[in-house]
Amino acid sequence: MSFDVALILQSLPQILEGVGLTVQLHLISLAAGTLLAVGLALLRISPNPALSWPALVYIYVFRGTPMLVQVAIVYYGLAQFEMVRNSPLWPTLREPFWCAIIAFTLNVTAYTAEILRGGIQGVDRGLLEAGKSLGLSAWHRFTRITIPIAMRLSIPAYGNEMISLLKGTALASMITMYDVTGVARTIVSRTFAPYEIFISAALVYLALTWVIQQGVKFAERYFNRHLRK
Amino acid sequence: MAASEADPIILAEKVTKSFGSFRALAGVDLVVRRGQKIVVCGPSGSGKSTLIRCINRLEEHDGGRIVVGGIELTAAVKDIDAVRSEVGMVFQQFNLFPHLTVIENLMLAPRLVRKMSKPEARELAMHYLERVHIPEQAAKYPIQLSGGQQQRVAIARSLCMKPKIMLFDEPTSALDPEMIKEVLDVMGELAAEGMTMIVVTHEMGFARRVADLVVFMDKGEIVEMAPPSVFFANPTNERTKVFLSQILTH
Repeated sequence: MSFDVALILQSLPQILEGVGLTVQLHLISLAAGTLLAVGLALLRISPNPALSWPALVYIYVFRGTPMLVQVAIVYYGLAQFEMVRNSPLWPTLREPFWCAIIAFTLNVTAYTAEILRGGIQGVDRGLLEAGKSLGLSAWHRFTRITIPIAMRLSIPAYGNEMISLLKGTALASMITMYDVTGVARTIVSRTFAPYEIFISAALVYLALTWVIQQGVKFAERYFNRHLRK
Repeated sequence: MAASEADPIILAEKVTKSFGSFRALAGVDLVVRRGQKIVVCGPSGSGKSTLIRCINRLEEHDGGRIVVGGIELTAAVKDIDAVRSEVGMVFQQFNLFPHLTVIENLMLAPRLVRKMSKPEARELAMHYLERVHIPEQAAKYPIQLSGGQQQRVAIARSLCMKPKIMLFDEPTSALDPEMIKEVLDVMGELAAEGMTMIVVTHEMGFARRVADLVVFMDKGEIVEMAPPSVFFANPTNERTKVFLSQILTH
């Protein structure tokens, strides 16, 4: 087997050109998905089944199907509906970029909602009773006690989800996008050197993951500052 | 609070409460007047904690009436938060907010509920930290304090709301023996200043020294209620005698 280390290094600059798109896909769908997840988590823990059931079904569907399938359904599927084609959003929805964002966001929402639910339910009941006994309103109990503690409890799993999404963004290359993986695939089709090129792409993902890991470590240290004796 | 001096500050009539098939309160009558100190004791599962948790509606009673400061506690009470802000509660597990420093724990409710400014709330908080003898711990997080210190912070946190009544739910049961005294001392000082208190505890020495009335509960009922001199010397009910012999001779 011939293995060309120089080619790995040579292809790096070109592959790095895909980083901007990968990061954009990642950050936009992460931010949108996380915001939506807060709402979904609240529906999910509602004692009212009319609210919790739709949330459960949503989470089940999006966790239970491959993201590749979801991307394909959004990209190829939306165009099947005349309603969508005639809507003012169509110029946006036919862009592969926004299709990818939509699919990733829907996916992140499902996973992050479950992470937040775990965090919210992990908050000690006694603390909320203490809040009640002080006369704090339900809103203040939620924003001042539940949220900060739930966030701390959620960080490790959320860090996992961020990394998992980063790798998931590679699926954008399936719908014609030139993210890190997309660029790598084009180079491969030109050089017929899949090992070297994909190793090069892998190195880029590792570097991005390292950045996320550092961020998570920093956040954990911040949110755990009160646990240091 | 629309109660006059003569009105009871807490009135409980035929209060019942069940958890599933377990009857925690089986018709409890209790009247607490301003400035009274009541110690509630009884075996575990006797309903003592449930009783005081119903008084600030951490539990909803099923039957009977509870009136706190002239306001009857029902599902229709619009502003239960306002009632609760007048009733302080100290828990067995302290329940300090772990993500806030000691002084932030004390300032939270005065800021949010009483709408105090930050400097005002800080001054109030320091005042009460001094009252419980730990002003030097203000900047620490709860986990950095001993159990006894945490419980004193919890007492100070309640006092910052200037409650009309203080409820104590086994405040020393989670403490190491050497820390019980510092908490009971603070509670004794509070009693001496005239605070109305209901204390669920097994500390019979405290009951003797501080209580106006000692209440003995068993199986969801108040079995005996008497001033400590009578309660300890001449309990009339057989169940009280058994309980006292167990708790005083161990």
